[in-house]
Amino acid sequence: MVPDQSRAERRASFDPADFAVPHGREEEWRFTPVDRLGAFFRDEATGACLDWQEDLPEGVTVTTLPVADWQALGVPKPQDRAAAVAAAHSGGVAVVDVPADAELTEPVRIRLSGNGSDLVHGHLLVRVGRFARATVVLEHHGVADYAEVLTVLAGDGSDVTLVSVQEWDDAAHHLGQHDVVVGRDARVRHIAVTLGGGVVRLNTNASYAGPGGSFEGLGVYFADAGQHLEHRLFVDHEAPHCRSNVEYKGALQGETARTVWVGDVLIRAAAEGTDTYELNRNLLLTEGARADSVPNLEIETGEIEGAGHASATGRFDDEQLFYLMARGIPEDEARRLVVRGFFASVVARIGVPEVQERLMVAIERELAGEAA
Amino acid sequence: MSTLEIKDLHVTVETEQGTKEILRGVTLTLESGQTHAIMGPNGSGKSTLAYSIAGHPKYTVTSGTVTLDGEDVLAMSVDERARAGLFLAMQYPVEVPGVTVSNFLRTAKTAVTGEAPKLRTWVKDVKGAMENLRMDAAFAERNVNEGFSGGEKKRHEILQMELLRPKFAVLDETDSGLDVDALRVVSEGVNRAKESTGAGVLLITHYTRILRYIQPDFVHVFVDGRIAEQGGPELADRLESEGYDRFLAETPVEA
Repeated sequence: MVPDQSRAERRASFDPADFAVPHGREEEWRFTPVDRLGAFFRDEATGACLDWQEDLPEGVTVTTLPVADWQALGVPKPQDRAAAVAAAHSGGVAVVDVPADAELTEPVRIRLSGNGSDLVHGHLLVRVGRFARATVVLEHHGVADYAEVLTVLAGDGSDVTLVSVQEWDDAAHHLGQHDVVVGRDARVRHIAVTLGGGVVRLNTNASYAGPGGSFEGLGVYFADAGQHLEHRLFVDHEAPHCRSNVEYKGALQGETARTVWVGDVLIRAAAEGTDTYELNRNLLLTEGARADSVPNLEIETGEIEGAGHASATGRFDDEQLFYLMARGIPEDEARRLVVRGFFASVVARIGVPEVQERLMVAIERELAGEAA
Repeated sequence: MSTLEIKDLHVTVETEQGTKEILRGVTLTLESGQTHAIMGPNGSGKSTLAYSIAGHPKYTVTSGTVTLDGEDVLAMSVDERARAGLFLAMQYPVEVPGVTVSNFLRTAKTAVTGEAPKLRTWVKDVKGAMENLRMDAAFAERNVNEGFSGGEKKRHEILQMELLRPKFAVLDETDSGLDVDALRVVSEGVNRAKESTGAGVLLITHYTRILRYIQPDFVHVFVDGRIAEQGGPELADRLESEGYDRFLAETPVEA
């Protein structure tokens, strides 16, 4: 195998046959437990579906689009075999349309749940018209093997927040590719909240259809024993004067809890005036957990506003615990304070109150699980 | 009236070179309202005494007792000690990212008193205490110790002492790193807290400077993990002019 020279040269294709079945030593699969994911690489339709519940604000529609028509939109192509298989065998793309100039005051809510059937190939397109403002909350529950391709096309000048919440049962596996295409002067926020699932791997790719766009990628994850939670981001700056900012924070507790964060940013020669920053922090609450954090920054032009990254993985700080306990605060409450504090900066940025509240409750629950 | 009694306290710490005994038999009794200054050169074990009383897990008590009104402090967890009425103002308070001062103070007060403070009086108490310590109101919304200057950290420690109203406060080199203005403000805070609560204070310091602002009733000179000499405030004056050399010369050099 020849490693990629540049992130730009990573293969992309609609045809599953263009990707070999991964064996786990490839750069993009090296952290992933591919031996638990065999079903995801089989190039065949299963016909299985997740249960779909929607809550659509006025003006928002959900329709189905043939896969060929989706391809014809010029969407980003699948970048690995699981995504190519999902796109090829989904049987149709569920399209959420937010019309131009719409200003949604309530989020679009889509709740997907699995009941442990065959592998599901899921294929979604969120299309937000120009100058529209929309928040879409996508929730995942239950047990499923779920291969997903999600495309977000944010029209020029639109303001889009997409939240993907993974609250699967522990037996679930989820491989997803999320492509976000940021229109000219559009602002898109992609937020991944991953708390449940045996293996969850989300590849989020952002690209820009014109200058002046802004992408924010936020993530919160909490891995317990036996969970593998992986988030890979690729921000492809091809247009000039665009911004990107990525902040992912994760906590791990329990033997064999495992997280991976890979943040690739490519600033191409044409992308003058780019401003980008990415940050990943991991908090190891117990021994035996492992967090990998790999930021990559490739810069092909010197004419940029700024580019930086930060990555740190640390153990739970016993001195913080001592300080709080020395003020009378019991240990479990002190731990909760520290962990809540750790997540506070990224949670505050989510800006969707219902998601923020549920997330803090979920984090409390995760911490309480440890005490039990 | 409360009594904090330390008897023949021996404390070890694990180092790369093995177990090291830092405190070698410390005996000291504090009563409510008293101020005891503990002075001594670097490495004499002053801070170890402070952290051992507070229960820091790094330090192991190998023998001796610490009791608060007869209750066995050493059997209590760190938080239980605080709830029993002990307070440690730390020399190097740690940052707690994402936890605001106001949330922290309220959580601590609730823990120490066993019930949430009445909102109206609490807000007033916090505001008043902060004004007395010349702390800006915006301070309450900052994260605990994050980006605080040295002086701000020490004010924040004394703010906690004023609000948590302990029976005994151990101040671990609260004066170090402060300029004279900050030292005065912080010292006034300690005196105010003492006056309003009748707390006993164990003031640990390397310098005599702070004793101009906080009058000690007793001065203990700490050398090599023991109290080498004790007396009244006049002992501090003597240290001011003579330094610690006299005591260090008496200490046998260890191989």
